[in-house]
Amino acid sequence: MRRVAIIGVGYVGFRSISPDLSFKELMFEAAVRAYEDAGVCPRRDIDAFVTCEEDFAEGRSIYNIHTPDNLGAVLKPIHTLPAEGIYGIIDAYMLIRTGLMDTVAVESHSKASNMLTPNYLIAHAMDPINRPLRFNPYFIAGMEMNRYLSESGTTKEQCALVTVKNKANALLNSSAAYADRISIEDVLNSEMMFYPLSRLDISPPADGGIVFVVACEEKAKVLSKKPIWIRGVGWCSDTPNLETREWGEAIYARLAGEMAYRIAGIKDPRKEIDFAEVDDTFSYKELQHLEALKLCRRGEAGFMVESGATQRDGEFPVNVSGGSLGVGRLEEATGLQKVLEVVLQLRGEAGKRQLPNVKVGLAQSWRGLPANSGAVVILSNE
Amino acid sequence: MGMRRVAIVGAGMTKFMRRAQETGKELAWEAAKMALDSCGLTLKDVDCVVMGTAPDAFDMIHMKAEYLSDGAGAWRKPYVRGFLGGGTGVFTACHAWYHIASGLFDVCLAVAEEKMSSCMPHPQGAFFTCWDQFTESPLGTSLLWFFAWEMNRYMTIHGISERDIALVSVKNKKNALDHPCAQVAADITVDDVMNSEVMAWPVKRLDVSPTSDGAVALVYAAEEVAKRITDKPVWVEGVGWCLDTMYIGQRDLYYPKYVEYAARMAYRMAGIKEPDKEIDIAEPYDPFDYKELHNAEGLLLCGKGEAIKLLLDGVTQRTGRQPWCPSGGALGVGNAIAATGLMKVAEIFWQLRGEAGKRQVPGKPRRGVAQAWGDEMQVGTVIVLGT
Amino acid sequence: MSEKIKVWPGTPLTDEDFAEKRILYTVWEPNLKYAWDTGIGYGRYFAELKKGKIIGTRCNKCRRVLLPARVFCEWCFRTVDEWVYLKDTGTVNTFSIAYTDWKADRIKEPQIPALIEIDGSDGVAIMHLIGEVDPQKVKIGMRVKAVWKPEEEREGAITDIKYWKPLEEE
Repeated sequence: MRRVAIIGVGYVGFRSISPDLSFKELMFEAAVRAYEDAGVCPRRDIDAFVTCEEDFAEGRSIYNIHTPDNLGAVLKPIHTLPAEGIYGIIDAYMLIRTGLMDTVAVESHSKASNMLTPNYLIAHAMDPINRPLRFNPYFIAGMEMNRYLSESGTTKEQCALVTVKNKANALLNSSAAYADRISIEDVLNSEMMFYPLSRLDISPPADGGIVFVVACEEKAKVLSKKPIWIRGVGWCSDTPNLETREWGEAIYARLAGEMAYRIAGIKDPRKEIDFAEVDDTFSYKELQHLEALKLCRRGEAGFMVESGATQRDGEFPVNVSGGSLGVGRLEEATGLQKVLEVVLQLRGEAGKRQLPNVKVGLAQSWRGLPANSGAVVILSNE
Repeated sequence: MGMRRVAIVGAGMTKFMRRAQETGKELAWEAAKMALDSCGLTLKDVDCVVMGTAPDAFDMIHMKAEYLSDGAGAWRKPYVRGFLGGGTGVFTACHAWYHIASGLFDVCLAVAEEKMSSCMPHPQGAFFTCWDQFTESPLGTSLLWFFAWEMNRYMTIHGISERDIALVSVKNKKNALDHPCAQVAADITVDDVMNSEVMAWPVKRLDVSPTSDGAVALVYAAEEVAKRITDKPVWVEGVGWCLDTMYIGQRDLYYPKYVEYAARMAYRMAGIKEPDKEIDIAEPYDPFDYKELHNAEGLLLCGKGEAIKLLLDGVTQRTGRQPWCPSGGALGVGNAIAATGLMKVAEIFWQLRGEAGKRQVPGKPRRGVAQAWGDEMQVGTVIVLGT
Repeated sequence: MSEKIKVWPGTPLTDEDFAEKRILYTVWEPNLKYAWDTGIGYGRYFAELKKGKIIGTRCNKCRRVLLPARVFCEWCFRTVDEWVYLKDTGTVNTFSIAYTDWKADRIKEPQIPALIEIDGSDGVAIMHLIGEVDPQKVKIGMRVKAVWKPEEEREGAITDIKYWKPLEEE
């Protein structure tokens, strides 16, 4: 079966506002950097383009209209997935595996700063029958955190450690918007928002754009000195209904992980994967996802972070980039930021954050409130 | 080409209605269940699900795909939605193809759902926020302007009259009388069209297809599996999609180049060199009557400006040499945007299997093409099916 | 299949069903507000409109003028080379006479939206409205001139041009 690799990456950001660039100019800059990195000309060498964006995040009813010009895709096959960035990488992977395309560009960006009513944005994703309750939709995260803590025995302190770790990691990431050195007390004392979720448990939004160039094996070997191979992909949607979902376990992540491990031929994820970037939209989510992805046993994620195992110098580094808590949550581009970090680490281009001797990395994303879906991609440099 | 062969093995659809009681989830469920029943499969047999649904703004549900996922049968399955505005329906048909052709899955359920009626006071208002918020929306840009401009340009460049174009509406609404799900099937005349209310000259009310609620689903299977399920698989022979620039002033509206490019991509994959001769039936997207002609020219079924001749000569009637929109199209069945695109694919599926009932075109059609279109007059999505 | 299926699902509703409350429904008003960044291209375009000028950019590789002004050429996928001032006169490329607005409500005074090729741009058109003319007299190919808002009312928006009226040429 045809192998598929990431051969180019370009990004702009990430910062809390980006008033100097319109979203089109942001996409253009990220795309130019990615094409330069891959050594391709989009008008000639790229067969298809995939963008990942949700209409309402941009403030329009058909976002797809505005995509081709900014990526060099005019009069070429380009489509939009209203889904999170890793789904785009997966789509590119499938297109290349059919044999119909050789090179596909994947893009996503965030202009979260342009969105003035973000809580309402999420409220619009709720089932209309629940809307008359008029709750701030973050209550869903609060309820899930509560259930997760009670089912797994994880403590609020352990969740706070995730925020401390990720924001500290971000200090070495010049693209991160919210790096800081804080303490567990800072997190626990921060304003209680949706019990037990405190303000510092929630990742803040950021702007930025990321473009990847994905290619088939033949092209990758010619164009790139360090192609990063896509070894496994998985994605899954659990029930969208609040009333019937499992609140303690991230089942979508478990099933997506299982699919990715099966394709990658991985039997023991913790041993065969060197590091991971998992979704940490909320601090507890990082722990919940580590358990779902079987990177530790159920109920152990809290101990993992407490023991320092997930620190940059620990035995299984998690979110070395700073994650969403340190970098900023990039809406639909969040997953691509995770893939970005994995690619940079595997290429040896992560600067001061570089992990030694890494060969296999995992990037995982969650679609964000109130969705119950996510995707996983496993990458390696050999 | 060495690509894995993929076939469509089952189809189902709901009625297309101006306003359905069913929620979006329920519409999706009805269509998906029907499609699975039609080929004797259950949800357990489905490996993955793809969804097509147009603007979230109709239902005002952000991340609409998540909301619809359980209705579409995507519980704890890989599920993703594609969105290309009006081109979505046929893109979903292509999306399902490459899920299987990639080798990752064997059976895929493709669902397209639309519930436009939730948008008050009129679904057309939901399109207002499509356009460029700086250079276009402040002028009060209405969806109809684009169609009116394109129709005007097309008529003027080729010297075609409104009366002749109205014949498309007459043909399709008449064809739809034989479609059990049709919303606005009727036996009308050219005079009815010419006398209908002018909405944005030259577009008149009966030139336009109605907004609609509805859902359609198709079941796809890889070759080995398809042959076990049915002895009449309909093969996906070609797929194509293409977008043009959004800067509307930089291109001429009289010809849809992006449809041509998408069609060429699909024909190349299908090995078709002369589409006007090798295609037996076509379902070009017809949200407006002139669009059927416009898109058919983009599909290379005839030369530029010649589509009207084929219509006047009766070539594109159900009994003609190359029927266009035998289903009744959007003009007759209803324009539930994404669902209509997939309805056209379903029509080709039923026609090629000889199962289109009263709509069945004579002879044994072997190859069909379905096409959808949308965005800011800039996307073409094409699929070629064959037996 | 099409023949074997006897029942096609779907329950159509009428306006009376709503008026007489025979069905349950819920109403929701959206509240989504945005403040979009104009960026470099549109930023300058609107700054010039405020001064009463139309500006575009030019890509020297494909030798096209780009309107509305933007900083990269989508065809060549490269940054543009220069800004070019254009005239505020043009030719109608296509037009319509609209009797309904964007919400599909009927309007009393018909609007005349058009694509107007701006002089100096080699046929590149922008979207705008035509006014001060009998709708029946508008033709493709008609020459028009911009009617601007008075300077103190201009905001730096596309509406700084009120509409375009027929140009009487000598």
